[in-house]
Order: sequence, then structure tokens, then C-alpha cells
Amino acid sequence: MSMKILVCVKRVPMTGGRIVLTDDEQELRTQHLGFTISPHEECAVEEAVRIVEAGGGEVVVLALGPAEAEEQLRDCMAVGADRGILIRTDGAEWDPQATAAAIVDAARDEGFDLLLFGNESADSGNYQVGIRVAYALGLPVVTGLKKIDVVDGRVRCERDAGGARDVYETQLPAVLTVLEGLNLPRYPSVPGRLRAKSKPLAVLEPARPEPRLEKLRLVLPPGQGKQAEILGEGAAAAPRVVEVMQSLGVA
Amino acid sequence: MSVLVFVEPDDDLSLQAVGFARALGEVRAVTVEGVYAPASWAAAIAAAADGADTIVAAGSDRGNELLAHVAAQLDQPFAANVTAIDGDVVTRVRWGGSLLEEARLHGSPRILTVAPHTHPAGEAPPSTALTVPGTVNAVPVLERVEESNAGVSLRDAKVVVSGGRGVGSAEGFGPIEELAQLLGAAVGCSRVVTSAGWRPHTDQVGQTGTKISADLYIACGISGATQHIAGAKGAKKILAINTDPEAPILGVADYGVIGDLHEVVPAITAELRRVRGE
Repeated sequence: MSMKILVCVKRVPMTGGRIVLTDDEQELRTQHLGFTISPHEECAVEEAVRIVEAGGGEVVVLALGPAEAEEQLRDCMAVGADRGILIRTDGAEWDPQATAAAIVDAARDEGFDLLLFGNESADSGNYQVGIRVAYALGLPVVTGLKKIDVVDGRVRCERDAGGARDVYETQLPAVLTVLEGLNLPRYPSVPGRLRAKSKPLAVLEPARPEPRLEKLRLVLPPGQGKQAEILGEGAAAAPRVVEVMQSLGVA
Repeated sequence: MSVLVFVEPDDDLSLQAVGFARALGEVRAVTVEGVYAPASWAAAIAAAADGADTIVAAGSDRGNELLAHVAAQLDQPFAANVTAIDGDVVTRVRWGGSLLEEARLHGSPRILTVAPHTHPAGEAPPSTALTVPGTVNAVPVLERVEESNAGVSLRDAKVVVSGGRGVGSAEGFGPIEELAQLLGAAVGCSRVVTSAGWRPHTDQVGQTGTKISADLYIACGISGATQHIAGAKGAKKILAINTDPEAPILGVADYGVIGDLHEVVPAITAELRRVRGE
């Protein structure tokens, strides 16, 4: 069955081992960091591409972010998405309600069969954009998924539930939010990267509404700058390690 | 001040949310029974919240999902995984706990979930079971499939032995599995390992994997990206084995061994066997 699928992704920095804030405490210092999309979303893109490979259709990727977010949209096109929509901002963060509203405006007239989101973004972790989009479009929504099967115009999906799996089934169109582990995303090929450069990209620039979850400042949590007690070097450290295990009652 | 708290039975995170909510005002606890259907359950909670100035739930999968539905139904802002609140300013978790954010909630009622393990559990309050209304677009759970119980669960293991990029290959996990077996531990890994396909995603410790609560976490050849630490920091003690004395993991670990895991891990296994007289 041919499917038209929207996948919403977010450009986020690869934080590495240590987070450093800008002087105004509004952002992460990112001069030395690369950027990617949230891990859950990588799986959403992969799933959409697999569904369309199997049954035909189109995969559209959408990002709300600065002009540089085109890089992430091209990355998604390199692994099989057909075209992109960039809702371009001046770089300031949009809150979840504003983000959802902008996505709804971009998606409303497209007639998507399936709208895929990560369950939550890696950075702000608000757990709500996909759900808000579903309500605004009057669609059913299922979240936190690690398995999706599209069969005959319906979707059957599964979510972990602590030692069990809950199965949901809904009609299309629908909004689904997914978790990493849904699949193992492919890496882009060189021809894929070349093709991505010429795929269509639409740019929208709506005005930013007043935030209702208004970021005031970022704060590093307490407990930074701890240093491990070094038990030794190489294999010679083994007796000390076992002593520590014994003292913790786990040996 | 009236605070509506959604409580799940036998759920410590819900009781932590109750503990948090008691500091805000008079708690009215509600439960919902029957087949889980997020949109309908949320409609029940939203209806019960009439007159409440705050709606609170645990920052669990279900708590975050339900209150996001409630917020969408009421067209109000929602703050997930809050650690503190002062008036309309919340402190909330970002990056799986590697960063905090102060934010203002421009909405009424205030809708928020409480970040797990940031507040002590409150006493279980008397609660009212809500009636679930019929809801447009409700998607109830169709069936529940119980998992077969295979080995030590990563989430609940007392000890987790974990490998990262430094392990080098799927086969490289042999010595880690051997040490884990000796300790009755679960085997874990970092995101690099699952992305490379060396281990299944169910073994991943991290922000997008499993968040562990072990007594001891042994991180072998793991540099300590924030993504990984978000899943590991629930461990009481962390031992890091790494060739690089500057690795970020040594800034969050309690103990470190500087060296190649391919030598250190078998040496620990041998020493354990020796002291046990095996």
C-alpha cells in the first residue's frame, strides 16, 4: 500500500562527554560540537523509508530550527527520504506548543497517512509535540513504540510495558511516536549523499508565537567535577578491584 | 491550593509525585482502572481537575504520556520531569539529567510531571477511581503480551558489566559476559555498540536505552558521553576501566582502572575465581 509519511526531526548537538553553557546561560556552547538528530528520530526516519521501500509512497522529513538544520534534513534524504520541509527559525528555541502549531500548519494540507515523531527530543525532552500535533489534526496517536506494522490501511504497533508488551491498533491516518530500538538505522551511502543534494527542500518562515513554556535559563546540575579514585593500572589493579567489590557486597 | 495527582497502584514514582505535590497544597489523588487508553484516561483526569490549580503525575512513560494528552486537551503548557517549582517557575530535566532548565509556565492549571528519583516517596494517599468517558480517537491497549523471562534484567540487576567502543567487536564481549556471569550481573553496553550492531538495543544503557539502578556499574571501554551517563547515573557506584585517564567517565565514576579492558577484565575474573577458591 502506497503511503505518504511525514517524519519530524530536530537538530541537536552531539554533546560528547561534557556540557558547557554559553555565558548568557541560554544555550550549550557548540563551537566544537557536531550536530545530529535525536536517536529516536533516526529510527523514525529508517522506519518510514522501509515502509515506503516495501509498499511505495513518499517520505517527507520536517525540521523546525535554524538554517543549518538543512544539514540534518539532507542527512535524512541521504538515507532515503524524498524531500524536506524546513521551518526556519532565528535559532531561538520554540516551545512545544509553538513547535506543534508550526508543524500542523505545514502538514495540514499534505494529506499524510502517517506522521512519525521521536517519543521525546534528546535535548529538551518535552514528551508532547507529537501528541499535540495529533490533537490539532484530529488524529489518533500512539507513543513510545518499538514495533510498527502497517497492514491494510491500519497500523498495529507495540510498546514495552515493564516485562510485557502492549499492543495497539489504529486506523490511518495516525500519529506515532517511536523509541530507539525500533530498528537499526542504515548509514548513508556515498550515492545516497549525492542524491540528497538535489532533492527538494521547502522553507517556511512563520513568526514565533510567545512561548507558554518559557525557557529562562539553563543550569548545570550539582555534582560536577567529581574525580574517580584510581585503583591501579592494567591487570595489576585486579586485586584492588576485587577488594572494592567485596566491600560493596557484590563479589 | 488544590493539587490533583494521578497515581498508579504499586508505583514508587507515583508516590514520589505525591511527596512533591504535598508541598504545593492539598492533594487530591486519583486513579484510573481498566484497559489503558491514553486519550480517554487523560479526559477523565482533565475533567477531575476542574478547580485544581495544579495537575501532577510521575515522570514515568505513562505519566508523561497522560499529562501531555491532558495538556493538549486543555490547550495548556506542560512541563515534563520537573525537579522543583516556585510559583510559575519550574526547574526541569534536559538531556536525560545532564542539564537542568528553569522555565516559566504560562498556563492554568499548572501541568507537570515529577522527575524520577528527585523526591522521596510520600505516603500513599486515599484516592478516587475516575470514570473513563468515551473519547474521540481513543486508542486502547488491544492486548498485553508477557515477555519470557530471559536472564538478569538490566533495569533491576544489582551489578551491570558494560562495554563500549573500546570492546572493538561483538566477539570482544566474551570476557565481559564471563565476568558478568561470575557476578550474577547483567551485560550492558553503550549506544556506539548498539548502533554498530554488536549487541541488541535491549542491552543499551543510556538516555535512549535502559536507565539502571545497580549497586555497582562496571563501564569497560566507555568514554562517558552524556547520552550514556543519563542511563548509568542511577547506579550507586561506578567503576570505569579505560585506557584514557582523561576520559569523561572518570569525572562521574567512583573508581577507575587505567588500562586496556582486554587485559583488565580477564584479570578481574581470574582474581575473583582465586579469592573464591575456584
